[in-house]
Amino acid sequence: MRLAPNGPLLDEAGPDSDVVLSSRVRLARNLAGFPFVNKATVAQRHQVIGLVQRVGLESTLGTGTVWVNLMHATSKERQLLVERHLISRQLAEGDTPRAVAISPDERISVMINEEDHLRLQVLLPGQQLEDALSRANSVDDAVETKLDVSFSRRWGYLTACPTNVGCGIRLSVMLHLPALRMTGEIERVRRAAKELHLAVRGFYGEGSDSTGDLYQVSNQVTLGVSENDLLEQFCQRIVPRLIDYERQARRLLEQSPTTLDDRLHRAMGVLRSARLMGIDEAMKLLSRIRLGACLGRLPDVDLRTVRRLLLQAQPAHLQLAMGSELGEDQLREARATMIREALT
Amino acid sequence: MRCQHCDKPAVVHEVLIKNGKRTEVHLCETHAAEAGVPVTLHQPINQLLSQLVNVSPAGAKASPAKAQPTCSTCGLTFAQFRNSGILGCPDCYDIFEQNLGPLIEKAHAGAVSHTGKVPQRAGGNLDLQLLRQRLVRELDEAVAAEQYERAARLRDRLLTLPESGCSPATGIGEIEGA
Ligand SMILES: [Zn+2]
Ligand SMILES: [Zn+2]
Repeated sequence: MRLAPNGPLLDEAGPDSDVVLSSRVRLARNLAGFPFVNKATVAQRHQVIGLVQRVGLESTLGTGTVWVNLMHATSKERQLLVERHLISRQLAEGDTPRAVAISPDERISVMINEEDHLRLQVLLPGQQLEDALSRANSVDDAVETKLDVSFSRRWGYLTACPTNVGCGIRLSVMLHLPALRMTGEIERVRRAAKELHLAVRGFYGEGSDSTGDLYQVSNQVTLGVSENDLLEQFCQRIVPRLIDYERQARRLLEQSPTTLDDRLHRAMGVLRSARLMGIDEAMKLLSRIRLGACLGRLPDVDLRTVRRLLLQAQPAHLQLAMGSELGEDQLREARATMIREALT
Repeated sequence: MRCQHCDKPAVVHEVLIKNGKRTEVHLCETHAAEAGVPVTLHQPINQLLSQLVNVSPAGAKASPAKAQPTCSTCGLTFAQFRNSGILGCPDCYDIFEQNLGPLIEKAHAGAVSHTGKVPQRAGGNLDLQLLRQRLVRELDEAVAAEQYERAARLRDRLLTLPESGCSPATGIGEIEGA
Protein backbone atom coordinates (compact mmCIF):
# COMPACT_ATOMS: atom_id res chain seq x y z
CA MET A 1 0.00 0.00 0.00
CA ARG A 2 1.45 3.33 -1.03
CA LEU A 3 0.29 6.42 0.83
CA ALA A 4 2.31 9.56 1.35
CA PRO A 5 3.19 10.27 5.00
CA ASN A 6 1.19 13.49 4.78
CA GLY A 7 -2.21 13.41 3.16
CA PRO A 8 -2.66 15.85 0.28
CA LEU A 9 -5.41 17.45 2.35
CA LEU A 10 -2.70 19.07 4.44
CA ASP A 11 -1.56 21.27 1.59
CA GLU A 12 -4.67 23.35 1.56
CA ALA A 13 -6.83 24.80 4.32
CA GLY A 14 -9.95 25.61 2.33
CA PRO A 15 -12.67 28.21 2.96
CA ASP A 16 -13.63 29.10 6.57
CA SER A 17 -10.80 26.94 7.84
CA ASP A 18 -10.60 28.79 11.16
CA VAL A 19 -13.63 26.71 12.15
CA VAL A 20 -14.26 24.14 9.41
CA LEU A 21 -11.51 21.56 9.03
CA SER A 22 -13.15 19.50 6.34
CA SER A 23 -16.34 18.76 4.46
CA ARG A 24 -17.46 15.26 3.66
CA VAL A 25 -20.19 13.71 1.55
CA ARG A 26 -20.95 10.01 1.80
CA LEU A 27 -23.39 8.06 -0.37
CA ALA A 28 -24.65 4.58 0.50
CA ARG A 29 -25.50 2.33 -2.45
CA ASN A 30 -26.29 -1.34 -2.94
CA LEU A 31 -26.18 -3.40 -6.10
CA ALA A 32 -29.47 -4.86 -7.28
CA GLY A 33 -29.70 -8.64 -7.38
CA PHE A 34 -27.62 -9.24 -4.25
CA PRO A 35 -28.55 -9.48 -0.59
CA PHE A 36 -27.09 -6.72 1.57
CA VAL A 37 -23.55 -7.33 2.83
CA ASN A 38 -24.54 -8.97 6.14
CA LYS A 39 -26.66 -11.60 4.35
CA ALA A 40 -24.35 -12.03 1.36
CA THR A 41 -22.22 -15.15 1.05
CA VAL A 42 -18.45 -14.85 0.82
CA ALA A 43 -18.70 -15.63 -2.89
CA GLN A 44 -21.29 -12.88 -3.38
CA ARG A 45 -19.09 -10.39 -1.54
CA HIS A 46 -16.20 -11.26 -3.86
CA GLN A 47 -18.58 -10.86 -6.79
CA VAL A 48 -19.60 -7.38 -5.62
CA ILE A 49 -15.94 -6.32 -5.37
CA GLY A 50 -15.31 -7.72 -8.85
CA LEU A 51 -18.28 -5.89 -10.36
CA VAL A 52 -17.23 -2.56 -8.86
CA GLN A 53 -13.63 -3.06 -9.95
CA ARG A 54 -14.82 -3.53 -13.52
CA VAL A 55 -16.77 -0.24 -13.50
CA GLY A 56 -13.55 1.60 -14.27
CA LEU A 57 -13.69 4.01 -11.35
CA GLU A 58 -10.26 5.28 -12.46
CA SER A 59 -12.00 7.43 -15.07
CA THR A 60 -13.66 9.52 -12.35
CA LEU A 61 -11.19 8.99 -9.48
CA GLY A 62 -8.17 9.63 -11.66
CA THR A 63 -5.30 7.54 -13.02
CA GLY A 64 -3.20 6.26 -10.17
CA THR A 65 -6.22 5.23 -8.14
CA VAL A 66 -5.09 2.91 -5.35
CA TRP A 67 -7.06 -0.26 -4.64
CA VAL A 68 -6.59 -1.72 -1.18
CA ASN A 69 -7.77 -5.24 -0.45
CA LEU A 70 -8.44 -5.04 3.27
CA MET A 71 -8.10 -8.80 3.70
CA HIS A 72 -4.43 -8.42 2.81
CA ALA A 73 -3.70 -5.12 4.53
CA THR A 74 -1.94 -5.23 7.90
CA SER A 75 -3.71 -3.83 10.94
CA LYS A 76 -1.32 -0.88 10.92
CA GLU A 77 -2.18 -0.06 7.33
CA ARG A 78 -5.86 -0.28 8.11
CA GLN A 79 -5.41 2.01 11.10
CA LEU A 80 -3.53 4.47 8.89
CA LEU A 81 -6.49 4.62 6.50
CA VAL A 82 -8.84 5.28 9.42
CA GLU A 83 -6.62 8.07 10.75
CA ARG A 84 -6.57 9.56 7.26
CA HIS A 85 -10.40 9.37 7.26
CA LEU A 86 -10.29 7.32 4.07
CA ILE A 87 -12.14 4.33 5.50
CA SER A 88 -14.48 3.82 8.45
CA ARG A 89 -13.56 1.87 11.54
CA GLN A 90 -16.20 -0.65 10.58
CA LEU A 91 -14.47 -1.35 7.28
CA ALA A 92 -11.08 -1.54 9.01
CA GLU A 93 -12.26 -4.01 11.61
CA GLY A 94 -14.37 -6.35 9.48
CA ASP A 95 -13.24 -9.85 8.59
CA THR A 96 -14.93 -10.47 5.26
CA PRO A 97 -13.91 -9.69 1.67
CA ARG A 98 -13.83 -5.91 1.49
CA ALA A 99 -11.86 -3.28 -0.35
CA VAL A 100 -11.42 0.42 -0.89
CA ALA A 101 -10.51 2.47 -3.95
CA ILE A 102 -8.72 5.74 -3.19
CA SER A 103 -8.24 8.58 -5.65
CA PRO A 104 -4.63 9.75 -6.09
CA ASP A 105 -5.42 13.06 -4.36
CA GLU A 106 -7.07 11.13 -1.49
CA ARG A 107 -10.21 13.21 -1.83
CA ILE A 108 -12.43 10.40 -3.00
CA SER A 109 -12.68 6.91 -1.60
CA VAL A 110 -15.05 4.11 -2.44
CA MET A 111 -15.52 1.51 0.28
CA ILE A 112 -16.83 -1.86 -0.83
CA ASN A 113 -18.68 -4.22 1.50
CA GLU A 114 -18.90 -1.99 4.52
CA GLU A 115 -22.48 -1.97 5.87
CA ASP A 116 -23.64 -1.37 2.29
CA HIS A 117 -22.08 -2.69 -0.90
CA LEU A 118 -20.80 0.78 -1.72
CA ARG A 119 -19.99 3.79 0.38
CA LEU A 120 -18.72 6.63 -1.80
CA GLN A 121 -16.95 9.36 0.07
CA VAL A 122 -15.60 12.76 -0.92
CA LEU A 123 -13.53 14.64 1.64
CA LEU A 124 -12.38 18.21 1.00
CA PRO A 125 -10.57 20.72 3.20
CA GLY A 126 -12.57 23.60 4.69
CA GLN A 127 -16.19 24.34 3.86
CA GLN A 128 -16.61 22.87 0.39
CA LEU A 129 -19.77 20.81 0.72
CA GLU A 130 -21.12 21.91 -2.62
CA ASP A 131 -18.04 20.79 -4.48
CA ALA A 132 -17.96 17.58 -2.44
CA LEU A 133 -21.56 16.78 -3.38
CA SER A 134 -21.02 17.39 -7.06
CA ARG A 135 -17.93 15.15 -7.06
CA ALA A 136 -19.79 12.44 -5.15
CA ASN A 137 -22.58 12.63 -7.72
CA SER A 138 -20.20 12.17 -10.62
CA VAL A 139 -18.73 9.04 -9.06
CA ASP A 140 -22.23 7.80 -8.30
CA ASP A 141 -23.31 8.47 -11.90
CA ALA A 142 -20.30 6.57 -13.18
CA VAL A 143 -21.31 3.58 -11.05
CA GLU A 144 -24.97 3.83 -11.99
CA THR A 145 -24.36 3.85 -15.72
CA LYS A 146 -22.56 0.51 -15.38
CA LEU A 147 -24.39 -1.25 -12.56
CA ASP A 148 -27.99 -1.62 -11.42
CA VAL A 149 -28.46 -0.08 -8.01
CA SER A 150 -31.17 -1.13 -5.52
CA PHE A 151 -33.81 1.54 -5.64
CA SER A 152 -37.53 1.77 -4.98
CA ARG A 153 -39.85 4.61 -5.87
CA ARG A 154 -41.21 4.60 -2.36
CA TRP A 155 -38.05 4.36 -0.27
CA GLY A 156 -35.44 5.63 -2.69
CA TYR A 157 -31.97 4.06 -2.48
CA LEU A 158 -32.34 0.89 -0.44
CA THR A 159 -29.76 0.58 2.31
CA ALA A 160 -29.02 -2.15 4.83
CA CYS A 161 -29.94 0.15 7.69
CA PRO A 162 -33.27 1.95 7.23
CA THR A 163 -31.81 5.05 8.88
CA ASN A 164 -29.90 5.68 5.61
CA VAL A 165 -32.73 4.93 3.20
CA GLY A 166 -33.93 7.58 0.76
CA CYS A 167 -31.14 9.58 -0.79
CA GLY A 168 -28.62 7.54 1.23
CA ILE A 169 -26.56 10.62 1.79
CA ARG A 170 -24.62 12.02 4.74
CA LEU A 171 -23.30 15.53 4.51
CA SER A 172 -20.92 16.36 7.29
CA VAL A 173 -18.50 18.99 8.40
CA MET A 174 -15.64 18.54 10.86
CA LEU A 175 -15.64 21.60 13.08
CA HIS A 176 -13.04 22.94 15.49
CA LEU A 177 -15.08 24.41 18.35
CA PRO A 178 -12.62 25.13 21.19
CA ALA A 179 -14.23 28.43 22.22
CA LEU A 180 -17.72 26.97 22.44
CA ARG A 181 -16.26 24.18 24.56
CA MET A 182 -14.37 26.61 26.83
CA THR A 183 -17.36 28.89 27.28
CA GLY A 184 -19.60 25.90 28.02
CA GLU A 185 -21.89 26.71 25.10
CA ILE A 186 -21.30 23.40 23.38
CA GLU A 187 -24.24 21.77 25.15
CA ARG A 188 -26.58 24.37 23.70
CA VAL A 189 -25.18 23.63 20.29
CA ARG A 190 -25.86 19.94 20.85
CA ARG A 191 -29.44 20.61 21.85
CA ALA A 192 -30.03 22.90 18.89
CA ALA A 193 -28.48 20.30 16.59
CA LYS A 194 -30.81 17.66 17.95
CA GLU A 195 -33.84 19.79 17.15
CA LEU A 196 -32.58 20.18 13.61
CA HIS A 197 -32.18 16.39 13.31
CA LEU A 198 -28.41 16.62 13.14
CA ALA A 199 -25.93 14.19 14.65
CA VAL A 200 -22.92 15.53 16.54
CA ARG A 201 -20.02 13.10 16.86
CA GLY A 202 -16.34 13.04 17.71
CA PHE A 203 -13.23 13.04 15.54
CA TYR A 204 -13.50 9.46 14.31
CA GLY A 205 -17.23 9.42 13.69
CA GLU A 206 -19.72 7.15 15.36
CA GLY A 207 -18.91 6.25 18.94
CA SER A 208 -15.81 8.40 19.23
CA ASP A 209 -15.28 11.26 21.63
CA SER A 210 -14.60 14.89 20.83
CA THR A 211 -10.82 14.68 21.07
CA GLY A 212 -9.22 18.04 20.42
CA ASP A 213 -12.53 19.94 20.43
CA LEU A 214 -13.32 18.49 17.02
CA TYR A 215 -16.94 17.80 16.26
CA GLN A 216 -18.47 16.16 13.24
CA VAL A 217 -21.93 17.47 12.43
CA SER A 218 -24.06 15.52 9.95
CA ASN A 219 -27.64 15.09 8.80
CA GLN A 220 -29.68 12.22 10.16
CA VAL A 221 -32.73 12.42 7.94
CA THR A 222 -32.21 10.93 4.50
CA LEU A 223 -35.80 10.26 3.45
CA GLY A 224 -38.17 12.88 2.07
CA VAL A 225 -35.38 15.39 1.52
CA SER A 226 -33.42 15.80 -1.68
CA GLU A 227 -29.66 16.10 -1.87
CA ASN A 228 -30.06 19.74 -2.86
CA ASP A 229 -32.41 20.50 0.05
CA LEU A 230 -29.82 19.12 2.44
CA LEU A 231 -27.00 20.99 0.77
CA GLU A 232 -28.93 24.22 1.01
CA GLN A 233 -29.76 23.62 4.68
CA PHE A 234 -26.11 23.00 5.48
CA CYS A 235 -24.58 25.75 3.37
CA GLN A 236 -27.14 28.49 3.93
CA ARG A 237 -28.13 27.90 7.52
CA ILE A 238 -26.46 25.27 9.65
CA VAL A 239 -22.77 25.70 8.89
CA PRO A 240 -22.74 29.52 8.73
CA ARG A 241 -24.61 29.66 12.02
CA LEU A 242 -22.20 27.30 13.75
CA ILE A 243 -19.20 29.18 12.35
CA ASP A 244 -20.67 32.44 13.54
CA TYR A 245 -21.43 31.03 16.96
CA GLU A 246 -17.87 29.77 17.44
CA ARG A 247 -16.41 33.06 16.22
CA GLN A 248 -18.57 34.96 18.70
CA ALA A 249 -17.37 32.68 21.50
CA ARG A 250 -13.80 33.35 20.40
CA ARG A 251 -14.42 37.09 20.64
CA LEU A 252 -15.89 36.56 24.08
CA LEU A 253 -12.71 34.76 25.18
CA GLU A 254 -10.64 37.63 23.80
CA GLN A 255 -12.38 39.98 26.21
CA SER A 256 -10.31 38.36 28.95
CA PRO A 257 -7.01 38.43 27.10
CA THR A 258 -4.78 37.47 30.02
CA THR A 259 -6.82 34.38 30.89
CA LEU A 260 -6.92 33.36 27.24
CA ASP A 261 -3.22 33.97 26.62
CA ASP A 262 -2.39 32.08 29.77
CA ARG A 263 -4.23 29.03 28.42
CA LEU A 264 -2.66 29.32 24.99
CA HIS A 265 0.88 29.80 26.24
CA ARG A 266 0.59 27.03 28.81
CA ALA A 267 -0.43 24.69 26.00
CA MET A 268 2.52 25.92 23.99
CA GLY A 269 4.82 25.47 26.96
CA VAL A 270 3.85 21.85 27.48
CA LEU A 271 4.04 21.02 23.76
CA ARG A 272 7.51 22.56 23.58
CA SER A 273 8.90 20.86 26.62
CA ALA A 274 7.16 17.57 27.32
CA ARG A 275 9.19 14.38 26.90
CA LEU A 276 6.28 11.92 26.85
CA MET A 277 2.91 12.60 25.37
CA GLY A 278 -0.23 10.50 24.88
CA ILE A 279 -2.53 11.08 21.93
CA ASP A 280 -5.36 12.63 23.97
CA GLU A 281 -3.13 15.21 25.57
CA ALA A 282 -1.54 15.99 22.24
CA MET A 283 -4.92 16.52 20.57
CA LYS A 284 -6.12 18.70 23.41
CA LEU A 285 -3.04 20.93 23.42
CA LEU A 286 -2.78 21.12 19.64
CA SER A 287 -6.41 22.20 19.60
CA ARG A 288 -5.51 25.05 21.97
CA ILE A 289 -2.63 26.29 19.88
CA ARG A 290 -4.71 25.96 16.74
CA LEU A 291 -7.13 28.38 18.37
CA GLY A 292 -4.23 30.66 19.29
CA ALA A 293 -2.90 30.62 15.75
CA CYS A 294 -6.34 31.34 14.25
CA LEU A 295 -6.71 34.33 16.57
CA GLY A 296 -3.23 35.57 15.73
CA ARG A 297 -2.22 35.32 19.39
CA LEU A 298 0.55 32.80 18.77
CA PRO A 299 2.30 34.47 15.85
CA ASP A 300 5.13 31.94 15.63
CA VAL A 301 2.72 29.01 15.20
CA ASP A 302 2.00 28.08 11.61
CA LEU A 303 -1.48 26.59 11.00
CA ARG A 304 -0.07 24.22 8.45
CA THR A 305 2.28 22.80 11.06
CA VAL A 306 -0.63 22.30 13.45
CA ARG A 307 -2.61 20.54 10.72
CA ARG A 308 0.32 18.25 10.06
CA LEU A 309 0.85 17.51 13.75
CA LEU A 310 -2.82 16.73 14.34
CA LEU A 311 -2.45 13.98 11.76
CA GLN A 312 1.08 12.78 12.44
CA ALA A 313 0.53 12.49 16.18
CA GLN A 314 -1.96 9.69 15.48
CA PRO A 315 -0.55 6.27 16.42
CA ALA A 316 -0.37 4.61 12.99
CA HIS A 317 1.07 7.73 11.37
CA LEU A 318 3.67 7.96 14.08
CA GLN A 319 4.60 4.30 13.66
CA LEU A 320 4.93 4.83 9.92
CA ALA A 321 7.10 7.90 10.36
CA MET A 322 9.37 6.09 12.82
CA GLY A 323 9.58 3.12 10.52
CA SER A 324 9.69 0.63 13.36
CA GLU A 325 7.37 -1.13 15.75
CA LEU A 326 7.16 1.00 18.87
CA GLY A 327 5.79 0.14 22.30
CA GLU A 328 3.40 2.48 24.02
CA ASP A 329 6.03 4.42 25.99
CA GLN A 330 8.25 4.72 22.93
CA LEU A 331 5.27 6.04 21.01
CA ARG A 332 4.64 8.66 23.66
CA GLU A 333 8.26 9.64 23.56
CA ALA A 334 8.36 9.78 19.76
CA ARG A 335 5.22 11.89 19.74
CA ALA A 336 6.61 14.38 22.26
CA THR A 337 9.88 14.64 20.32
CA MET A 338 8.18 15.16 16.98
CA ILE A 339 5.94 17.90 18.36
CA ARG A 340 8.74 19.59 20.28
CA GLU A 341 10.95 19.70 17.21
CA ALA A 342 8.15 20.99 14.99
CA LEU A 343 7.29 23.82 17.36
CA THR A 344 10.71 25.08 18.39
CA MET B 1 -24.93 -0.50 33.86
CA ARG B 2 -24.14 2.37 36.23
CA CYS B 3 -22.05 5.46 35.54
CA GLN B 4 -18.44 4.96 36.58
CA HIS B 5 -18.47 8.23 38.52
CA CYS B 6 -21.85 8.11 40.23
CA ASP B 7 -24.91 5.92 40.73
CA LYS B 8 -26.99 7.14 37.85
CA PRO B 9 -27.63 4.85 34.89
CA ALA B 10 -24.97 5.13 32.21
CA VAL B 11 -26.19 6.44 28.86
CA VAL B 12 -22.83 6.50 27.12
CA HIS B 13 -20.99 3.23 26.62
CA GLU B 14 -17.84 3.51 24.64
CA VAL B 15 -14.97 1.28 23.86
CA LEU B 16 -12.04 3.51 23.16
CA ILE B 17 -8.94 2.18 21.53
CA LYS B 18 -6.08 4.42 22.39
CA ASN B 19 -2.48 3.56 21.69
CA GLY B 20 -3.64 0.05 21.01
CA LYS B 21 -5.18 -0.23 24.48
CA ARG B 22 -8.83 -0.93 25.01
CA THR B 23 -10.68 1.02 27.66
CA GLU B 24 -14.37 0.95 28.37
CA VAL B 25 -16.18 4.09 29.43
CA HIS B 26 -19.63 4.14 31.01
CA LEU B 27 -21.05 7.53 31.87
CA CYS B 28 -24.34 9.08 32.89
CA GLU B 29 -25.69 12.04 30.94
CA THR B 30 -24.20 14.59 33.36
CA HIS B 31 -20.76 13.04 33.51
CA ALA B 32 -20.71 12.41 29.79
CA ALA B 33 -21.41 16.10 29.20
CA GLU B 34 -18.71 17.02 31.69
CA ALA B 35 -16.18 14.77 30.00
CA GLY B 36 -17.13 16.26 26.66
CA VAL B 37 -18.22 12.86 25.36
CA PRO B 38 -20.98 13.42 22.84
CA VAL B 39 -24.15 11.72 23.94
CA THR B 40 -25.07 10.28 20.58
CA LEU B 41 -28.04 12.17 19.31
CA HIS B 42 -28.58 9.70 16.56
CA GLN B 43 -31.21 7.47 18.12
CA PRO B 44 -30.32 3.98 17.00
CA ILE B 45 -33.08 2.24 15.15
CA ASN B 46 -33.11 -0.67 17.58
CA GLN B 47 -33.88 1.78 20.36
CA LEU B 48 -36.75 3.14 18.32
CA LEU B 49 -37.79 -0.41 17.76
CA SER B 50 -37.79 -1.37 21.39
CA GLN B 51 -39.99 1.64 22.09
CA LEU B 52 -42.45 0.41 19.55
CA VAL B 53 -42.38 -3.27 20.34
CA ASN B 54 -45.27 -3.04 22.75
CA VAL B 55 -47.19 -0.52 20.73
CA SER B 56 -48.78 -1.83 17.60
CA PRO B 57 -47.40 0.20 14.73
CA ALA B 58 -49.73 2.80 13.31
CA GLY B 59 -51.93 1.43 10.59
CA ALA B 60 -51.04 -2.19 11.27
CA LYS B 61 -53.42 -4.52 13.03
CA ALA B 62 -51.84 -6.03 16.12
CA SER B 63 -51.39 -9.73 15.54
CA PRO B 64 -48.92 -10.91 18.16
CA ALA B 65 -49.94 -14.55 17.95
CA LYS B 66 -49.15 -14.77 14.23
CA ALA B 67 -45.92 -16.32 13.05
CA GLN B 68 -42.94 -13.96 12.93
CA PRO B 69 -42.80 -12.31 9.48
CA THR B 70 -39.84 -13.63 7.51
CA CYS B 71 -38.26 -12.39 4.29
CA SER B 72 -38.64 -15.18 1.75
CA THR B 73 -35.70 -13.88 -0.27
CA CYS B 74 -32.97 -13.68 2.35
CA GLY B 75 -34.49 -15.52 5.32
CA LEU B 76 -34.25 -12.61 7.76
CA THR B 77 -36.98 -12.55 10.39
CA PHE B 78 -38.40 -9.30 11.68
CA ALA B 79 -37.17 -10.30 15.14
CA GLN B 80 -33.61 -10.52 13.82
CA PHE B 81 -33.96 -7.09 12.29
CA ARG B 82 -35.22 -5.81 15.61
CA ASN B 83 -32.01 -6.98 17.23
CA SER B 84 -29.52 -5.76 14.67
CA GLY B 85 -31.28 -2.81 13.05
CA ILE B 86 -29.95 -4.12 9.73
CA LEU B 87 -32.06 -5.55 6.91
CA GLY B 88 -30.95 -8.53 4.84
CA CYS B 89 -31.88 -7.61 1.29
CA PRO B 90 -33.84 -5.10 -0.82
CA ASP B 91 -36.97 -7.28 -0.67
CA CYS B 92 -37.06 -6.92 3.13
CA TYR B 93 -38.41 -3.40 2.54
CA ASP B 94 -41.47 -4.79 0.74
CA ILE B 95 -42.00 -7.83 2.90
CA PHE B 96 -41.78 -5.95 6.21
CA GLU B 97 -43.41 -2.78 4.88
CA GLN B 98 -46.29 -2.79 7.37
CA ASN B 99 -44.00 -3.03 10.38
CA LEU B 100 -41.13 -1.09 8.92
CA GLY B 101 -43.04 1.86 7.46
CA PRO B 102 -43.91 3.55 10.77
CA LEU B 103 -40.35 3.00 12.05
CA ILE B 104 -38.81 4.56 8.98
CA GLU B 105 -41.18 7.50 9.23
CA LYS B 106 -40.19 8.02 12.83
CA ALA B 107 -36.47 7.82 12.08
CA HIS B 108 -36.83 10.35 9.26
CA ALA B 109 -38.89 13.07 10.92
CA GLY B 110 -42.19 11.87 9.46
CA ALA B 111 -41.15 11.43 5.85
CA VAL B 112 -43.31 8.90 4.00
CA SER B 113 -41.34 8.46 0.79
CA HIS B 114 -38.30 9.43 -1.24
CA THR B 115 -37.68 12.71 -3.00
CA GLY B 116 -34.37 13.38 -4.67
CA LYS B 117 -31.99 11.66 -7.00
CA VAL B 118 -33.29 8.79 -9.09
CA PRO B 119 -30.77 6.43 -10.69
CA GLN B 120 -30.73 6.49 -14.47
CA ARG B 121 -31.54 2.82 -14.72
CA ALA B 122 -34.38 2.78 -12.15
CA GLY B 123 -37.67 1.13 -13.13
CA GLY B 124 -40.08 3.37 -15.00
CA ASN B 125 -43.73 4.23 -14.62
CA LEU B 126 -44.93 0.89 -13.33
CA ASP B 127 -43.12 1.58 -10.05
CA LEU B 128 -44.68 4.98 -9.85
CA GLN B 129 -48.20 3.64 -10.31
CA LEU B 130 -47.61 1.09 -7.56
CA LEU B 131 -46.32 3.77 -5.24
CA ARG B 132 -49.33 5.95 -5.96
CA GLN B 133 -51.71 3.05 -5.18
CA ARG B 134 -49.90 2.32 -1.93
CA LEU B 135 -49.90 5.91 -0.77
CA VAL B 136 -53.62 6.25 -1.57
CA ARG B 137 -54.35 3.09 0.40
CA GLU B 138 -52.30 4.34 3.36
CA LEU B 139 -54.00 7.71 3.16
CA ASP B 140 -57.41 6.03 3.44
CA GLU B 141 -56.19 3.99 6.40
CA ALA B 142 -54.72 7.04 8.11
CA VAL B 143 -57.95 9.01 7.70
CA ALA B 144 -60.01 6.07 8.97
CA ALA B 145 -57.71 5.82 12.00
CA GLU B 146 -57.94 9.61 12.54
CA GLN B 147 -54.15 10.00 12.10
CA TYR B 148 -54.45 13.41 10.54
CA GLU B 149 -50.82 14.48 10.65
CA ARG B 150 -49.79 11.33 8.89
CA ALA B 151 -52.65 11.71 6.45
CA ALA B 152 -51.47 15.22 5.65
CA ARG B 153 -47.95 13.99 4.97
CA LEU B 154 -49.26 11.25 2.71
CA ARG B 155 -51.48 13.71 0.84
CA ASP B 156 -48.57 16.13 0.36
CA ARG B 157 -46.45 13.35 -1.00
CA LEU B 158 -49.18 12.26 -3.40
CA LEU B 159 -49.47 15.82 -4.68
CA THR B 160 -45.74 16.02 -5.38
CA LEU B 161 -45.50 12.66 -7.12
CA PRO B 162 -44.37 13.17 -10.69
CA GLU B 163 -47.03 12.53 -13.32
CA SER B 164 -46.60 9.19 -15.06
CA GLY B 165 -44.52 9.63 -18.14
CA CYS B 166 -42.73 12.75 -16.94
CA SER B 167 -39.32 12.95 -15.36
CA PRO B 168 -39.26 13.93 -11.70
CA ALA B 169 -39.13 17.61 -10.89
CA THR B 170 -36.59 17.28 -8.12
CA GLY B 171 -33.22 15.60 -7.95
CA ILE B 172 -29.81 16.13 -9.29
CA GLY B 173 -29.77 13.17 -11.61
CA GLU B 174 -32.63 14.06 -13.90
CA ILE B 175 -33.74 11.21 -16.08
CA GLU B 176 -32.74 11.89 -19.62
CA GLY B 177 -35.02 9.95 -21.90
CA ALA B 178 -34.76 6.93 -19.64
ZN1 LIG C 1 -22.37 10.04 36.59
ZN1 LIG D 1 -34.71 -9.90 2.80
